[in-house]
Amino acid sequence: MQSWRHRARTVVRHPEFARGAREMVGVALGIGAWGLVTGMAMVKGGLEPWAAVLMSLTVFAGTAQLAVAPLMASGAPIWVVWATALCLNLRFVIFSAQWRPYLRQLPFKRRALMSYFTADLNYVLFMRRFPEPAPAPEQIPYFWGGVLVNAGSWHLMSLLGIVLADRIPAEWGLGFAGTVALLAMTYSMLADRATWLPALLAGAAAVAAYALPLKLNMLVAIAAAVAVGTIIDHARPAQRPAR
Amino acid sequence: MSTLELVLTIAGLVLITIVTRGFFILPERELPMPAWLREGLRYAPIGALVAVIAPELVMSNGRLIGTWMDARLFGAAAATAWFVWRRDMLGTIVVGTGVMLIFRMGLGW
Repeated sequence: MQSWRHRARTVVRHPEFARGAREMVGVALGIGAWGLVTGMAMVKGGLEPWAAVLMSLTVFAGTAQLAVAPLMASGAPIWVVWATALCLNLRFVIFSAQWRPYLRQLPFKRRALMSYFTADLNYVLFMRRFPEPAPAPEQIPYFWGGVLVNAGSWHLMSLLGIVLADRIPAEWGLGFAGTVALLAMTYSMLADRATWLPALLAGAAAVAAYALPLKLNMLVAIAAAVAVGTIIDHARPAQRPAR
Repeated sequence: MSTLELVLTIAGLVLITIVTRGFFILPERELPMPAWLREGLRYAPIGALVAVIAPELVMSNGRLIGTWMDARLFGAAAATAWFVWRRDMLGTIVVGTGVMLIFRMGLGW
């Protein structure tokens, strides 16, 4: 216990902890708006408030929560609920392959704890901060700084959304703030690396394949981005980054 | 759903979060993956982000919108302009959402 506390204190005092938190604050408004909308949608979708609270605090996967709340409220079979969440979370499997080189030397318990918190924006900001896939001591405090702000603003606003579900009119379109946050995130990634073509094609694929069930259009879009990116890389072998 | 079923469903959802997020992080030994896939996966996050955004901006009720008079398009354009100008995320979110609300509340688009 003592050593755990000591380690936590060391992490929090590290300058990279503040940096991780600060960089996440830039998008926290969007995360918060999204959490608010998810909390509202879960209750408006017909989920009992206690179940919405439990789900919000434990599941910690916004897109999946948004999608399965109406299913659960309408009494869909449990396996359908699980299958939907699984499809929406498949992107995290892809992300986890990218996380591995940074985390693999840590003990199992710490890997398990950290992997639970590897949400979308933690992934995006971390990979932008540490593009080189090798472990470094400053990565851990940076990671936890981002998690504090990300999970904190998410849970707080999501609980607020559950409480205020019947008081905030849907026409305000607060979910749009979440979309714009992701847009800003995307632009900052595009500025870092020439990935315009894969991004554009992924967007077109996501719209074209929208009619697929279980939001499988997400996977079609990711596959399109990966395929086009790989082709571009191989077409310009001289410019491939050394890895 | 009964209380028990709800709790069971939610427990399963938690497990899905843990297993998907930890899929390649948790195993002790390296899971085999071809090099081209490892390289190509660098493009996955941008694909995932755009896949969430694009339908939110240009579709309603599962169809491509047929008009340019949509508050979301102006919000997105304003957000883009702000980002190009200032490179600042917080401002981008505030400006994009603000412009969208102006068009929606003011013009009813």
